[in-house]
Amino acid sequence: MMGGDGRKSIRVDLQLIADMIAPGSRVLDVGCGHGTLLDYLVHFKQVDGRGIELGTEGVNACVSAGLSVIQGDAEIDLKDYPDQAFDYVVLSQTLQAMHAPQEVLLNLMRIGRRAIVSFPNFAHWRLRLYLGFRGRMPLNDTLPYDWFDTPNIHLCSIKDFIVLCEEQGVTVERSISLDHNGTTRRIGSSVFTANLLGEQAVFLLRANPVR
Amino acid sequence: MTILESRIAAEGNAERGGTGAFPGRKVILGKDQPLRLDSGVLLPAFPVAYQTYGRLNDEGSNAVYICHALTGDQFVAEPHPVTGKPGWWNIMVGPGKPLDTDRFFVICANILGGCMGTAGPTETNPATGKPWGLDFPVFTIGDMVRVQAMLLDHLGIEQLFLAVGGSLGGMQVLQWVASYPERVFAAVPIACAARCSSQNIALHEVGRQAVMADPDWCGGDYLSQGKQPRRGLAVARMGAHITYLSEQALHRKFGRRLQDREAVTYGFEADFQVESYLRHQGISFVDRFDANSFLYITRAMDYFDLEAEYGGVLASAFQDTKTRFCVFSFTSDWLFSTEENRMIVKALNAAAANVSFAEIETDSGHDSFLQNVPEFHRVLNGFIAGAAEHRGLPRSGLG
Repeated sequence: MMGGDGRKSIRVDLQLIADMIAPGSRVLDVGCGHGTLLDYLVHFKQVDGRGIELGTEGVNACVSAGLSVIQGDAEIDLKDYPDQAFDYVVLSQTLQAMHAPQEVLLNLMRIGRRAIVSFPNFAHWRLRLYLGFRGRMPLNDTLPYDWFDTPNIHLCSIKDFIVLCEEQGVTVERSISLDHNGTTRRIGSSVFTANLLGEQAVFLLRANPVR
Repeated sequence: MTILESRIAAEGNAERGGTGAFPGRKVILGKDQPLRLDSGVLLPAFPVAYQTYGRLNDEGSNAVYICHALTGDQFVAEPHPVTGKPGWWNIMVGPGKPLDTDRFFVICANILGGCMGTAGPTETNPATGKPWGLDFPVFTIGDMVRVQAMLLDHLGIEQLFLAVGGSLGGMQVLQWVASYPERVFAAVPIACAARCSSQNIALHEVGRQAVMADPDWCGGDYLSQGKQPRRGLAVARMGAHITYLSEQALHRKFGRRLQDREAVTYGFEADFQVESYLRHQGISFVDRFDANSFLYITRAMDYFDLEAEYGGVLASAFQDTKTRFCVFSFTSDWLFSTEENRMIVKALNAAAANVSFAEIETDSGHDSFLQNVPEFHRVLNGFIAGAAEHRGLPRSGLG
């Protein structure tokens, strides 16, 4: 699918991530799936792009498309990369599936000058209502799994993530929430509102110089 | 006709020494200066037999070097001159195939120590006029690659677009990138390791002992004495062949089926199909391969340890590399397991190299790289297409 400006259309949250990345930079996409974002970045932002993906099917699809992707587990393989190896490390919709999200975040900040993290917001008002009134684990478009077979073992809210960044000495450079209709909102203006209305969030992070 | 083409054509008719009878190209290298091997021994002017497919483009940017495995040779995509069987990588090399000969200039030389025309124990020792036998110096994979680089110098090829190979061939690819980082644009090591494991050294030793236990080996001097250690080499091959397959593949092919009989014979004939198959593998191997070559080449593999060569840190072998890598492993390969291949990937990541890594699902074991595994070919095709785009090669033909 091509957008009006001749560019391939990608999901709104991926477009938000792509817009945060400077052209020609070095990018690692952690959990790159079938390579949608990476392919976009390589072709429309001329990045030197790499990916890690756990699923063999995704890896094979990526490499077949000429993308540089390795089969691997972010929680095991990120530690192999040297410090500051990339300008950006992207973790899109994957943080909540990590066994040790905090460790992964620190690795992202170590190997990238900047990190871009996106995740579903567990404090979205619909989820609050779902749990509050139905008394059951919430399901929606971004969280479609039953509690017993969900890969999302470490869900958090926008507020939770901001607190984690503060505790870990990670600077939030930009943060955007995204609602059901794809409307974006700067989180900085009101965390309370974003945490209530944002279905998902995208954070551009920078490691604090003194750590 | 370009200078290169006329040179290659001339070498097709070059005078041959030693075994001599094989068709194809042959060149004498090291005439100006002997080759100093890793052992310190100097190898005086020596032959290298090679084959090429396709045409080198005007920029010299489309050369693909295939590093062959232990028992492979330079007859990659044409009938084997001894057995008459199709080329060992016919499936991969040819017009429209992943290593597209309409697009790339493909080179493969018989490795140092091989027995298909390149210097090795079967060739004539210029000092004695007799076959080298065990007087041939022990060499390493580093030496093999040194010889290949000399061949490229001779052909006037500065940089390879791609170095590719499986098993021992993959080890050579890694050595290529480590020794000549500027000369390899893209590298595809398949089903290999950055060092020979203890288990693999052990398996090699069993093969060597089988050869040396054959009285017809004659202390390595069988060629001068008009003999061949056929039984020993056949047993070595039978053992090695099992390691190239997998339990699942053997079960799928043979199960416990009996060979041309209704019941077991309570004797030691080949009751089972798998025995008959292995015996055939062993017997047909000795017709095309030399026992001493088997000893030398397995030894070179034993000595391979890129990590040790680079101060105990494998990533140092790939420091600042600009090469684009694609590492492949196969799920059922227990000789060079995914874990061993992953060690290469880890080191490449630690060097922040541009690397792809795919583990291909197949039950065919180590030999998968030689077989029709569509997923493997599809992914390799994609990697080559991407690398060619980065190298600025035209999409098809020579442009």
